[in-house]
Amino acid sequence: MKVLWGLTRQPRGFGALLLIAAPVPAVLITYAILGFVFGYADLLGADPVKTGEHLFGSWTLRFLLATLAVTPLRKLTGWNWLAKHRRTLGLFTFGYASLHLLTWALVDVQIGISELVGWADIKKDIFKRPFITIGMTCFLLMAPLAITSTKKMMARLGKNWKRLHKVIYLIGPLAIIHFWMAVKLDITEPAIYGAVLALLLWWRWWDARRSRLANA
Amino acid sequence: MPRHDLPSSEITPESAWLGRRRFLAAAGVIGAGLVGTRALGASGLGAFARGGERQGQQNALGTPYGLQPYDAPNAYDDITQYNNFYEFGTGKDDPAMNAQEFRAKPWTVRVEGMVKKPGAFQLEDFLKPSKMEDRIYRMRCVEAWSMVIPWRGITLADVLKRAEPTPGARFVEFTTLHDPKQMPGQRYPVLEWPYNEGLRLDEAMHPLTLLATGVYGKDLPNQNGAPLRLVVPWKYGFKGIKSIVRIRLTATMPKTAWNIAIPSEYGFYANVNPEVDHPRWSQATERRIGMFRRIPTLMYNGYADQVASLYSGMDLRRNY
Repeated sequence: MKVLWGLTRQPRGFGALLLIAAPVPAVLITYAILGFVFGYADLLGADPVKTGEHLFGSWTLRFLLATLAVTPLRKLTGWNWLAKHRRTLGLFTFGYASLHLLTWALVDVQIGISELVGWADIKKDIFKRPFITIGMTCFLLMAPLAITSTKKMMARLGKNWKRLHKVIYLIGPLAIIHFWMAVKLDITEPAIYGAVLALLLWWRWWDARRSRLANA
Repeated sequence: MPRHDLPSSEITPESAWLGRRRFLAAAGVIGAGLVGTRALGASGLGAFARGGERQGQQNALGTPYGLQPYDAPNAYDDITQYNNFYEFGTGKDDPAMNAQEFRAKPWTVRVEGMVKKPGAFQLEDFLKPSKMEDRIYRMRCVEAWSMVIPWRGITLADVLKRAEPTPGARFVEFTTLHDPKQMPGQRYPVLEWPYNEGLRLDEAMHPLTLLATGVYGKDLPNQNGAPLRLVVPWKYGFKGIKSIVRIRLTATMPKTAWNIAIPSEYGFYANVNPEVDHPRWSQATERRIGMFRRIPTLMYNGYADQVASLYSGMDLRRNY
């Protein structure tokens, strides 16, 4: 098979670059949110809490889509070395999701910080407000994927590892629905992320069908 | 559940003011280039100063109405660069970015419908007979954030009295300019254009209801609804229709933009009410722009003494 730009091997330093670049948004957003809370920096506009929370959410989706893009990209370009970065991207997705959740809980809703917010309010938020219920579900579904991402766990789970990690195909659409339901009226952004996700999922379906036909 | 029995000392988010002050001090060290200049203006300093300074600052900006001990006017830059005005885009900073070319002069306001003296007025003639006032009001957005804003304007009651409503008039309908060339947001069917709002006549005649023409003693910037907008401090912010071209008195309840868009979430009344949640989030507390700690949302946004009687006997859960 032809390999795009002759990149049969990973360009030197690609892995290191990924590991350095991926956490940059997280560091900046965290610095800016804490800067508002503790009053040392003013970087995120008039409402740094919402802006920061939403930025973490957007980056979660970007990393989720990047993770799902690895396989199609690998097969279309022949850059097989991309495969080993899928785990890194997946773990960063979980990391950004954790920061998104943490910002919601501690900085926005202020659980355990504001005396105005009790457990009854949190319970109501999580169980009675569908977009929060769905967001929380996404996080809970992602956690086992992160925990079982080590080589050891892969070996131990064997065939079941692949089965378990198919949950990502459920998490993706749920994350889009979560975003879609959270916006007030303008659905442009969730629609764009949703379209990219649909394209990536469609490619998998198309690719599977093609190989089935080829083998028949 | 909201808890209103807290002593105000406990809810006073002093840390927020201190935070901003510390930031202002730190800004000098880190350098304005890195931290931006948004809160460095004189207005920013005034907005987050405390105690006596704050009182003095308030008096210079206008008469405070219904303010709590922890309320201080928000920075001019926060008020004018973070708001909703879907005619210029749905992002909070879209209005400030996209409204600069808007022409708020000359401006004609029509007063029509069930009045004895209808007419189309040049804005200057429309404002001239009324007393211009500076008033500091609380502003609560339906999205659960809030500000304190020094408005300049005239009472709507004064305008309506001059127009002389006929006996059958029961509601007032307001309409925003419809001009997609100037208002790029109107090129997309996000809301039904032009934006429409409405009040019951007794709400419209209430002495707190303002037609604002300015903020911080200056003319309204385009992004805040120049040259003429509604301010109803006990209702959620979306009732405050901007860039008004028509005021019409009617016998029937007017259709309103957000109610048309999502009737289950946005009602005609839209009175601030910590007991009635938005279907997707709690309205019991709010985040004040510029402060970290949540503050309680107050019934009628703190104006219950003045307006609660307008709604006595009404089921506020149904009439949200």
